[in-house]
Amino acid sequence: MKLELRGITKRFGTFAANEDVDLVVESGQVHTLLGENGAGKSTLMNVLFGLYDPTEGEILLDDEPVAFAGPGEAMRAGIGMVHQHFMLVPVFTVAENVALGDEYTKAAGVLDLEATRSRIREISDQYGFHVDPDAIVEDLPVGVQQRVEIIKALVRDARILILDEPTAVLTPQETDELLNIIRQLRADGTAIVFISHKLREVKAISDTITVLRRGRVVGTADPSAEASELAALMVGRDVVLNRQKTEPNLGDQSFCVEDLTVVSPTGQVLVDGVSFGIRQGEVLAIAGVQGNGQTELTEAIMGLQKASGSIRLDGRELLGRSTRQIIRAGVGFVPEDRSTDGLVGTFTVAENMVLNRYDTAPAGTSLQLNPKAIRRLATEKVEEFDVRTQGVDIPVGTLSGGNQQKVVMARELVDDLSLFIASQPTRGVDVGSIEFLHSRIIAERDSGTPVMIVSTELDEVLELADRIAVMYHGRIVGIVPGDTSRDHLGLMMAGQLPDDVVLADGSTPTQEGARA
Amino acid sequence: MSTAAPQPTASEAPGTASGTQPGAGRPAPDQASVMRQILSGNGTVTVLAIVLSLLISGLLIVVTDEDVQETAGYFFGRPTDMLAAAWSAFSGAFLALFRGAIFNYEASNFEGMIRPLTETMTVATPLIIISLGIAIAFKAGLFNIGGQGQFIFGAMFATWFGVSMDLPFGVHLLVVLVMGVLGGMLWGSVVGLLKAYTGAHEVILTIMLNYVALNLLAYLLNTDVLRREGTTNPVSEFLPQQARFPLLFGEGFRLHWGFVLALAATAFAWWLLQRSTVGFRLRAVGANPAAARTAGISVKGAYITAMAVSGGLAGLAGMAHVSGTEGSLNTSVAGSFGFDAITVALLGRSNPVGVLFAGLLFGALRAGGVTMQTQTGVPIDIVLVVQSFIVLFIAAPPLVRTIFRLPAPGAAKARRTADPVTQPAVAGAAVAGASGEAAVPSVETQEAAVAAESAADGVEDPDPAPTAAEPAPAAGADTQTSEKGETR
Amino acid sequence: MSATAAEKKTVAETPDAARRGKDDKPLVRSWSTPILQTVFALLSLGLFAIGAPAHDAEFRIATPGDLIELAAVTVPAAPTLWVLTLAMIAITVLAWVRAAAGRKNPVWLNGLYVFAFVAAFLIWVVGSATNNSVYLTGLIAGSFALAVPLIFGSMAGILSERSGVVNIAIEGQLLAGAFTAAMVGSATGSAWIGLAAAIVAGVAVSSLLAVFSIKYLVNQVIVGVVLNVLVIGLTSFLFSTVLAPNSSELNSPPHFPNIRIPFLAEIPIIGRILFDQSILGYGMYLIVGLLWFGLFRTRWGLRVRAVGEHPKAADTVGIDVLRTRYVNVLLGGAVAGMGGAFFTLVSASSFSKEMTAGQGFIALAAVIFGRWNPIGAFFAALLFGFATNMQYVFAILGTPVPSQFMAMLPYVVTVFAVAGLVGRSRGPAAAGTPYVKE
Repeated sequence: MKLELRGITKRFGTFAANEDVDLVVESGQVHTLLGENGAGKSTLMNVLFGLYDPTEGEILLDDEPVAFAGPGEAMRAGIGMVHQHFMLVPVFTVAENVALGDEYTKAAGVLDLEATRSRIREISDQYGFHVDPDAIVEDLPVGVQQRVEIIKALVRDARILILDEPTAVLTPQETDELLNIIRQLRADGTAIVFISHKLREVKAISDTITVLRRGRVVGTADPSAEASELAALMVGRDVVLNRQKTEPNLGDQSFCVEDLTVVSPTGQVLVDGVSFGIRQGEVLAIAGVQGNGQTELTEAIMGLQKASGSIRLDGRELLGRSTRQIIRAGVGFVPEDRSTDGLVGTFTVAENMVLNRYDTAPAGTSLQLNPKAIRRLATEKVEEFDVRTQGVDIPVGTLSGGNQQKVVMARELVDDLSLFIASQPTRGVDVGSIEFLHSRIIAERDSGTPVMIVSTELDEVLELADRIAVMYHGRIVGIVPGDTSRDHLGLMMAGQLPDDVVLADGSTPTQEGARA
Repeated sequence: MSTAAPQPTASEAPGTASGTQPGAGRPAPDQASVMRQILSGNGTVTVLAIVLSLLISGLLIVVTDEDVQETAGYFFGRPTDMLAAAWSAFSGAFLALFRGAIFNYEASNFEGMIRPLTETMTVATPLIIISLGIAIAFKAGLFNIGGQGQFIFGAMFATWFGVSMDLPFGVHLLVVLVMGVLGGMLWGSVVGLLKAYTGAHEVILTIMLNYVALNLLAYLLNTDVLRREGTTNPVSEFLPQQARFPLLFGEGFRLHWGFVLALAATAFAWWLLQRSTVGFRLRAVGANPAAARTAGISVKGAYITAMAVSGGLAGLAGMAHVSGTEGSLNTSVAGSFGFDAITVALLGRSNPVGVLFAGLLFGALRAGGVTMQTQTGVPIDIVLVVQSFIVLFIAAPPLVRTIFRLPAPGAAKARRTADPVTQPAVAGAAVAGASGEAAVPSVETQEAAVAAESAADGVEDPDPAPTAAEPAPAAGADTQTSEKGETR
Repeated sequence: MSATAAEKKTVAETPDAARRGKDDKPLVRSWSTPILQTVFALLSLGLFAIGAPAHDAEFRIATPGDLIELAAVTVPAAPTLWVLTLAMIAITVLAWVRAAAGRKNPVWLNGLYVFAFVAAFLIWVVGSATNNSVYLTGLIAGSFALAVPLIFGSMAGILSERSGVVNIAIEGQLLAGAFTAAMVGSATGSAWIGLAAAIVAGVAVSSLLAVFSIKYLVNQVIVGVVLNVLVIGLTSFLFSTVLAPNSSELNSPPHFPNIRIPFLAEIPIIGRILFDQSILGYGMYLIVGLLWFGLFRTRWGLRVRAVGEHPKAADTVGIDVLRTRYVNVLLGGAVAGMGGAFFTLVSASSFSKEMTAGQGFIALAAVIFGRWNPIGAFFAALLFGFATNMQYVFAILGTPVPSQFMAMLPYVVTVFAVAGLVGRSRGPAAAGTPYVKE
């Protein structure tokens, strides 16, 4: 089966998420859509899957133009999709989820789940999925849930399978297993659209690569192309790796985490005995694939997550204190998801600027606010951080992503910080803002504050870090100098500590022994 | 939430193009769009909702009128008879309502003429106070359906301390007042605590606790705790004079100092929400609990505080009703105050000043309804119908706009291809997800989402509100569709 | 989600990767049951056993003239109460032991516990009363009659909430049904036409709920609350203006007769509630059974549950979320309308103002207490009907417990249920959230 997109344009208001996109996918091929977050990959696939109507352009299946009114029609036409956020009903069993929408029934609409179960077992055996049809989906690990999604598509005889950022939530092993599954499917003649921004996987699996940037196709590439070449196409500029920044001017190690452990309410160990320290005037970057405990680590430091161990700042124990007390102790925190955790969308820019300092001078007293002082403070911050807004009295939710992030940064980067933590500081932010935000982070470091950056983007890690701690499965694999090679970091992100890597303390893993 | 991305259309004013640039100054809106904003604004919808509801109720009155039914029998013979009867039923009812609520032009003296207005204020007094409580809970993202139960607790506490103590003038009233507040606060805090520590939904809790309070009241009024001596009826002793609010204008009017208390409560609520740090916390938690928590605000604390304040105000309303208007306690003391308060808070858009006026309006309907019932025989239950329709209409502005063919605000977010029936708020919500809006469980947000939907009706709307190059979030993302992170 | 409980059990026994997370969950949750059982066991010990009445309690089962004329059972209060209390204590101890091991008592044991408590309560009440004799069959039949509209109402709630629309408007739907059945039934002289009209009225109310919450995205709680009052206002207004002045023509509805199934209806105690019912009573059983089967065994039910749990997932497999919700809310209205008709076509002689008196909210409580499962809600409604009936029985018996406390019971129990003290009551995940298609 051959799928072709011709001149697809998709606009939301004036914003063009896709513009004049052409794409051809052949059976037995893995066609990769490569692009940064926000390049328009997901929108394109939602158009293809009938979730969005294209503003312009057409979709052809085996050279016949088709139009899908909804996902149901797309499925009937042989298109299956594994969404980035799984479309599974958590309280249903695997069989119920797979059956949903395409049920086997006996007379009078009575469900025949046994038929679905046997289909699941069949497919499961064929591809080595090891999925129990009667397991409740919410109890399954993410990787298995993803396989359920794939089974859902296969049960419906999908000839074209769209995988939207399938590896974003997977461990490296799970990723490798997924890539093997994709290879099997390709061998069986399925056409696969693989959406990713991770170069390693893309190079490993693709037959053809189409690069999207800002909603447009900016080029096609061969999987044999150099990673740096692909990266340049993707971001639209030469990626300067290891940009020169000034040497850190190190002070005391004023922030120190020891044996920090976070256990989920269901008993899973999310952060497993993590220890590290950050010196004044130093940036420590926490690298790793998303979901390896970084989020929980920062939340534990901020008092948002129950934890055991020790977190000391300027000699005082932070663990067991409330978030409010921790903020008062001089910790600035930029959360990973700004729209959920960083900003109150309906509040004005000014109110968001004082979201955690509304009850201290100059914003107010413990009893009441001082609106004038708040506006003045906000206006200053808006100027200082070049926030593009019509004023400080409009809801912050109306600003663009980059400007919203600047508001969060402006709020958190106050004068007398004793620790600055930023999680994914530039996610979903435009290029111009990224450079600005990075320079502010370095400036904070240079003013003598210990800085902790959590990022899943290696580029960002390499650009900012003086030292890098790589997390894997809740543990720190190793702490290495800021100029460690990508290859080494990549291996560490997969949980291995190469023998020839030099750790930040100058030792090598062989000397350290059991650390890996 | 009303700022919208521009939708360039052929008819667009030239100046608005600059709105697409981030940081560009707000372009001067032309005359037509100013008019459009007024027409599509909340104020217009509110007024039209009230008018529409009165019309519907008037229709009910006309249809059920006996004269009208009689004359309708020979409608094709002499249609004017029926029309005259209809008009007489309609105007009779509403004039009676007016006479009972605002100004009685038929009265013989000045006192009689203005008495209705003071009656309205008397009836509105507890209504305003309890509605302020509901509004504060709304702002914290909580649906306090339990005003009735909290009102009852306030009334019970106030009555018990009023009847069983003997204190000097002033002190006694103060004690009764404080106890009324504490009573309501107690019942409200139960909800706040359970919500905060067990995650139980406050709607279910408050509904159930209303009935618990009702039954407790009935029980206590049937025992010596509250029952009046020498009677088997479930009524309490009258509160002594020193525990009651003094009358404002002397014996001729029922209006008492409780109304002044209601005004003070309005000022307090405004200060609490707009100026106090407590209010800041409540609003932040109501609008985005996750962000509030990350900023060091205790979400649990906010829930408990909001329910305590909300319950305290409901209790104060119960106290004001007993100590001011009624003078004693009976099983139906709470009447429909709990429900009315929800409608008042919605009509006043959870804004204390709005609540004050909405409370006066519904007070007028109640006070006038009594006159209407006695003078024209139209049952006062029609007031409930009016109230319900008002709330339904203001909760669904697109419906009102459709009925009156008004332009929709913020049509810019609309996806042109959107089918208004099956794909409401499509682009609005999708875009909101893109540049980030957290789930906001507020009433306003619901409305904003609807506004975005009405935008999908495809009204050509050159709304000049400027925005950034990236699409701005339109509607509250209180939907299933928000996906964080990726900009489409 | 007790429907999937059976399947869940099989999963727990399957060794797979999810094992660890699964085993830990009950450990975190299940202390509430033993704690609660301890509280009630102590209550039973202190109040019922130690404070056992001196009188014996007499339970009459048959009235003279019944086909099977069983003798009255006289229960010696003190020994029986001690036995029941000790049984409760034993179950409680077992619950603690099991909880420590991360397991739970089987459902039938908990059922036995509840039965023991209710029985002890009844014996204690009757023994302590001034009149120590009660007609058990009548008590149960009376409870059942009160439970029927609750059951209809809760089925309406389940239909609506399972598809993701919170239905606070059950009360309004019942009241609208009761009013219309009375009026149309009286006017036409046919109970059947009255029933049909009640269904139409229930659907009319629920169509407002559907349109406002699904199309206009108005908060479902608000719509529900407002609809209740709208219906109270409308029916009261029309009652005063239309029904009351013409009560012989418009408010004297014909009634559905009881259809007595010979012999079966003579079975002691349960015969009357199972085999001597009006057509609506039998219809109620049918609806409960059909709804349970429909929800958990058919394609329709699978889709409805998916829409209520994760509408977007349902949408991506081609299920029309909004249509499913419309259909379910309207079906719920029809069922609630029937429940309303029960008031005026079976149990009461005519319509009176606000005659549902909060029953819709008890029905809502039954939905929650029954965990959104038709069978669970059925038994919850029976329990609540029993509690309501006890109020009236108490008044006759002259018992030490104030009737208001019995009236409170359904509400208090529901507060416990939503607060997670009586197991975790988890509703459909998407209930209350409007679905906006991208």
